[in-house]
Amino acid sequence: MTNLQSWMIWPDNNVASVLVLVLIAMAGLYAARAPMHGIIRAAGLALSGALRLASRWLFAAAAVMKERNKAVLLAQGRREVGQRIEREFERVGVLVTRDLQGYPVLQRKLLESITRIEEDYKKCGEVPPPPPDWVEAVAAVAEIKTGGGEVVQKILDEIRQSVERIHEKALGEYRRAYEERHDILENAQPFWRSIEKTLKLVDKKFSDLADNAAAVDTQMKKYQKIAAKSDEAETILSNSAFTQFNISVIVMTIALGGAFVNFKLIALPMSEMVGAGDYITASLRTSEIAALVIILVEASMGLFLMEALHITHLFPRIANLSESTRRRMVWISLTLLVILASVEAALALMRDMLIADKQALVQSLSATAPAAHTEGWVGRIPTAGQMVLGFILPFALAFVAVPLESFIHSARNIGGSLFADLVRMLGFVLRVLGNLTRHLTRLLLHFYDLLVVLPLMVEHLVRSVRSGAKMVKSRRLDSTGELKS
Amino acid sequence: MIKRSLWAAAAAALVLAAAGCTDPRSHVQAVYVLVDTSGTYAAEAGKAQLIVNYLLGTLQPGDSLAVARVQSRSFSEKDIIAKALFDQRPTQANAQKRAFREKTDKYFRTVRGSAHTDITGGLIQGAEFLNETGAGKKTILIFSDMQEELDKVTIRNFPISLKNIRVIAVNVTKLNTDNIDPRRYLGRLEAWQKRVEGAGASEWKVINDLDRLDAIFSKS
Repeated sequence: MTNLQSWMIWPDNNVASVLVLVLIAMAGLYAARAPMHGIIRAAGLALSGALRLASRWLFAAAAVMKERNKAVLLAQGRREVGQRIEREFERVGVLVTRDLQGYPVLQRKLLESITRIEEDYKKCGEVPPPPPDWVEAVAAVAEIKTGGGEVVQKILDEIRQSVERIHEKALGEYRRAYEERHDILENAQPFWRSIEKTLKLVDKKFSDLADNAAAVDTQMKKYQKIAAKSDEAETILSNSAFTQFNISVIVMTIALGGAFVNFKLIALPMSEMVGAGDYITASLRTSEIAALVIILVEASMGLFLMEALHITHLFPRIANLSESTRRRMVWISLTLLVILASVEAALALMRDMLIADKQALVQSLSATAPAAHTEGWVGRIPTAGQMVLGFILPFALAFVAVPLESFIHSARNIGGSLFADLVRMLGFVLRVLGNLTRHLTRLLLHFYDLLVVLPLMVEHLVRSVRSGAKMVKSRRLDSTGELKS
Repeated sequence: MIKRSLWAAAAAALVLAAAGCTDPRSHVQAVYVLVDTSGTYAAEAGKAQLIVNYLLGTLQPGDSLAVARVQSRSFSEKDIIAKALFDQRPTQANAQKRAFREKTDKYFRTVRGSAHTDITGGLIQGAEFLNETGAGKKTILIFSDMQEELDKVTIRNFPISLKNIRVIAVNVTKLNTDNIDPRRYLGRLEAWQKRVEGAGASEWKVINDLDRLDAIFSKS
């Protein structure tokens, strides 16, 4: 208040003092109007220009990033589809080798069956022997009239009887021949069935081959789209990367849960190995870090195992190893994994023993009646369960390498895409800020003019008066000129 | 990328290991229990065993525990009934705790009252023991009525040092005279608080409800 009072020209008359001060300030501001306008304009221009430049650079960078992301995405897609095509070809190769290798045998079998059926057919086609020609002659003789002669009658009867006998014999042979043909046809039935079966097999194999060929065809079309760098392929691959990312995150979260259980199983017994009294921080024991290290080593071994088995492809060095070294690596990592799993099973057992010991101590200290223990095999179930879990979890963790690979590959695409979007957004924000700065500069200039509105009005007035005087003068001059001329 | 992550993990592990190696004892605790065996308070010794049992169940491997008696003159190692630095291995620590319990149990069954009460001497002895352990958290539990009675020869009226040690008076029973005039009891506790805090103790507390010990010794 005192400070404010010291500014007053007439302390007794505040209004007059303020008015005079305002007028002085206005005059001062009016005097500095031109340089102040220059400063505001220059500052605004510098700021908005820098912001616009930065925005333009960010947009360009985002475009480059997008291109690079697209290239990476397409390259990954090309590699993956290429591998899938390779695998499909391998399958087709195996199918062709397996099935066509057996094809001559199949063909021979078919031919044999067909030949046999043909032979049987021919056999069936053979006509039974006709009755001898003389029978007709005898029949003709039998038609001879006896003329009442007993001798002739007797001869003819004998001839008829012998003919009938022969006829019955011939009929019997005829029937037997037909029976034989029926038997042949009956025996040919399995061959028909065999042919039918073989043909079905051939049909199935060819349809399998056709399916594989169709799969190869689909993958090839996808590959062609990727090779052509089409937008459709980019969209598909991008969606695929998002899906892969989400799936791998879910699987890895589950695996983390497994790792946590594993950690809980071995953290306590590890204190028996590295000591329970060592602390790294106030709440983090060395034994817990040791347990964590064991789990991480197991995960690493699993990773190497998956790499050596060519299931994942995170380390090119391992992928490029010779076959014998790779096989050796498989065995080494598998052995180490088994050893670590056995150690974990032992630690799980020790955990149970430690807890039991601690409980016994607490009970003896509390001097209360000991809690009833579950004896027998039922009481051992938790111990056995812990041991089994301790042995199995390291192997389960080994498979984390697969989602980890997916996560790393998809995270590159998604991270790159998000970063490019972020850069673009930043560019947009800077552009908006640049425009805002430009408009603010104008606003400031107008505001400054508002502060010196009175002197400006005076200036306008003076100018208009002067310009009016000049116009009058020029008119006069003009008029005098006209007069002279 | 993976290589870089592995290097980072290895570096983090090394840093953690180094941090672990620098101050391994700063997170362990040491407790010194002073049990008053003088006069009528000797009858309360059975409760002291409960506190010792509670401590045995609470303390972790690597921690230290000592139980000492308060007698006519208590500034002596001979007054320490049992002491132990628990092994880092839980199984060994449990075995030590069992042996500790047997030792104190045996003593408390045959405890005999002394003529005088030298709490100050016991505090000095306790501070000496605790400082030697190098533990990060040091506690003296005084199981007494806090009525100090010295003979004419014993000198204890000098400044003592209890720097960074918290002192907890447990089961401070009221004397007959306290019942007549409670100001005596309150004044006695106030005098001890002044003395202990003046000696540089980090904390002074009186706990008569033994269930509240949980809050003090639970690992945070």
